[in-house]
Amino acid sequence: MNQSSVLCGLKAQIRLPRCAVFQYEAPEGARLIQVWINGKEWTVPEGLTLIQAMWHTGHEVIHGIGCLGGVCGACAAVYRMPGNFRLFNALACQTLVKEGMAFSLIASYPTQRAHYDIETLADPKEGLFELYPESATCRNCNACTEVCPQGIDVRTSVWQAAFGDFKGVAESTMSCVMCGLCVSRCIAEMAPHEIALYARRAYGSRELPFPDNLRHRIDAVQNGSFDQDLERLTHLTSEELKLECGVK
Amino acid sequence: MWGEMTAPTPYDHLPEFDPSEPVKMEASERKKLLDRYYPDYRTEHKSTLRVGQNGGDIVPDEIAEILQSRSLLGTNHPKDLPSQPDIEVDLLIIGGGGAGMTAAIFAQEAGASVLLATKLRVGDSNTVMAEGGIQVALGEDDSPVHHFKDAYRGGHFTGDPELLSTLVKEGPDIIGWLIRKGVLFDRDPSGNLSLRKGGGTTRHRLISAKDYTGLEIIRVLKEDLMNSGVAIWEFSPAVELLQGPEGSCAGAVIRDVDNGSLKWVKAKSVLLATGGTGRLHIGSFATSNHFGATGDGLVMAYRLGARLVNMESFQYHPTGVIYPSEMAGMLITEAVRGAGARMFNVHGKRFIPELETRDVVAAAIIRECEEGRGVRTPSGHYGVYLDLTTIDREMGEGTVARRFPNIVKLMGKHQVDCTVQPILVYPTLHYQNGGVSVDVSGHTTIPGLYVAGEVSGGVHGKNRLMGNSLLEVFVYGRRVGLAAIRESADRKPFSWHEVSLGHVFRFEGELEKEFPGTPLSEAPVLFPDYRKHPDGSKV
Repeated sequence: MNQSSVLCGLKAQIRLPRCAVFQYEAPEGARLIQVWINGKEWTVPEGLTLIQAMWHTGHEVIHGIGCLGGVCGACAAVYRMPGNFRLFNALACQTLVKEGMAFSLIASYPTQRAHYDIETLADPKEGLFELYPESATCRNCNACTEVCPQGIDVRTSVWQAAFGDFKGVAESTMSCVMCGLCVSRCIAEMAPHEIALYARRAYGSRELPFPDNLRHRIDAVQNGSFDQDLERLTHLTSEELKLECGVK
Repeated sequence: MWGEMTAPTPYDHLPEFDPSEPVKMEASERKKLLDRYYPDYRTEHKSTLRVGQNGGDIVPDEIAEILQSRSLLGTNHPKDLPSQPDIEVDLLIIGGGGAGMTAAIFAQEAGASVLLATKLRVGDSNTVMAEGGIQVALGEDDSPVHHFKDAYRGGHFTGDPELLSTLVKEGPDIIGWLIRKGVLFDRDPSGNLSLRKGGGTTRHRLISAKDYTGLEIIRVLKEDLMNSGVAIWEFSPAVELLQGPEGSCAGAVIRDVDNGSLKWVKAKSVLLATGGTGRLHIGSFATSNHFGATGDGLVMAYRLGARLVNMESFQYHPTGVIYPSEMAGMLITEAVRGAGARMFNVHGKRFIPELETRDVVAAAIIRECEEGRGVRTPSGHYGVYLDLTTIDREMGEGTVARRFPNIVKLMGKHQVDCTVQPILVYPTLHYQNGGVSVDVSGHTTIPGLYVAGEVSGGVHGKNRLMGNSLLEVFVYGRRVGLAAIRESADRKPFSWHEVSLGHVFRFEGELEKEFPGTPLSEAPVLFPDYRKHPDGSKV
């Protein structure tokens, strides 16, 4: 018995459900452009995202797709444009193909992640240097900021973390999707997105006071303040419940 | 060099927007609007289930197709299991979104051996995409009782009162857990959690992290889960559940997507947290869901004999982007309407009070487009204008950029500046209201099989209010994870020889009887396939 062969080439064998009729479409009359995907030249219509261009040309993409909504960080990509020496970055699900673009997905970038329990750290500020000692070694090259597809000022956030301004980190890195492109460019071998996550968590868990309105409500629930009312509601007939809940 | 594209856009001739209030709706008009235009209530593209526990139920064609489907293990699948499983655990969690991650963290802390298998990466889920917030009753004028009533009314009086009561009561405590882990929710100047208003509610009850609420939570939980010691298999979808003694669940067959190999997992408890079904594109609607939302849990549970509930009921979020077309389906959070955004048809008229429940607003947009008052896009679709500029006018310049940075950023990447231009929207398939029938501990009708999150059904009835599902994944992730390991400790031991795929054979037999000679699809779907051959045909 060879189980491993059973599902190899799955896509080729299975009958696709009819439901897969939806298609992302380029605008009517979109002109065709040349792009290079993983080093190979293709012709695709303008108006597609990088991921859609990969589908259009028959690529199956599993590593490198997550939410398709620009927040999960699975689809980090780098690209170059003709006649330009710069390396550009992108989230492949949110970036449109351009004439002459040469792009590759960076579906995963190896990253060092510290082990810690944010709630029991003795001193969160010192903890940063114990968990991420390299976080104080920024050489100000700014490559992290330039590569960030979210437009975060990554270099500043690294300095904010090193100086203990965790609130500043929280504000400057809110839109981080943890794609890890900053790690790929850091000459000080840092993982700026992990450092930022640590600082944000330390700020939220250890610096900011626990919110009063939440504390009071948790206490009230624990004291059983709502038990009777909720108990009564769950025991009403559906008609009674409808009457009770029906009016705003 | 090529010239600039001169193709017409829906922004070339914007109508003048008339700010006059739309007419308020009576209950009877709401019902008429829903019956006529909301996809759930329309009769086209529906099928009656003929096989399985829900035989006789009428569901969308796409749901019928995946439920009445053949096993991915194929017709020549091994009749005998391997001589031993690849791994044995107390709890197997299938799915790595909000519910699965929460369940895993709590179960591991309680000392169980836990394996979490997920088909993409941990955190790739609808949870990470949640924009607007979580409902939790914290206001001085609010209470879990008001929360219950709003949710029950919002669900058109079809939600399960027990499930709802547990949700609203345990909500505050689980939010406290998230905050202690370092999740940063927006605060007001006094340090309290800021409370905003969502559609269909009577109180300000939404807490949020700007419009990155799901991302903020998932970043934090993922870090803890990866460090927790839970065994994690990524890119490893389940393709079939395993049957144990007396029709119970005894584990699952997991496929490694990179090499196609199968892994056989024996588990005392199995928790399905596989999420929703948006990527089935029910009714050919675009979707806001993540890439893996293909209803795999429904398929596997149904084959094992679990009962489903409200499977005819889906949430079409009213405001999905319809132009630019490459963004089709992407969600614009309801919070923008809570903040004062207005909707206009092609004539520049408002056509529905913007804070009606999601289903009513969606039905109204479909009505406008079907009756010729929609705006045509270059791809030939229709939509209506969602105008955020009123927010800045009413609440001060810069409010949109401050409160909705993600929307501004994403639309900006596609050359739409939503601080000065309206967004073109049409309903997008957003949420599976129904699912596997559960009680407050996530029990299904199958012993040993538990369910949490979007794959479950009952708590929201036939319509979900904004922010209640995000609360559900954490409240029930914890509850069900803990119940599953508590009961796994008491489960009577069984041997691998008592484990089988008997339910798959039985189900295939029933299919053969009902659909003799008919080619049926294979499921779970696992991933949608948007590829085209160079000639434009589907792969």
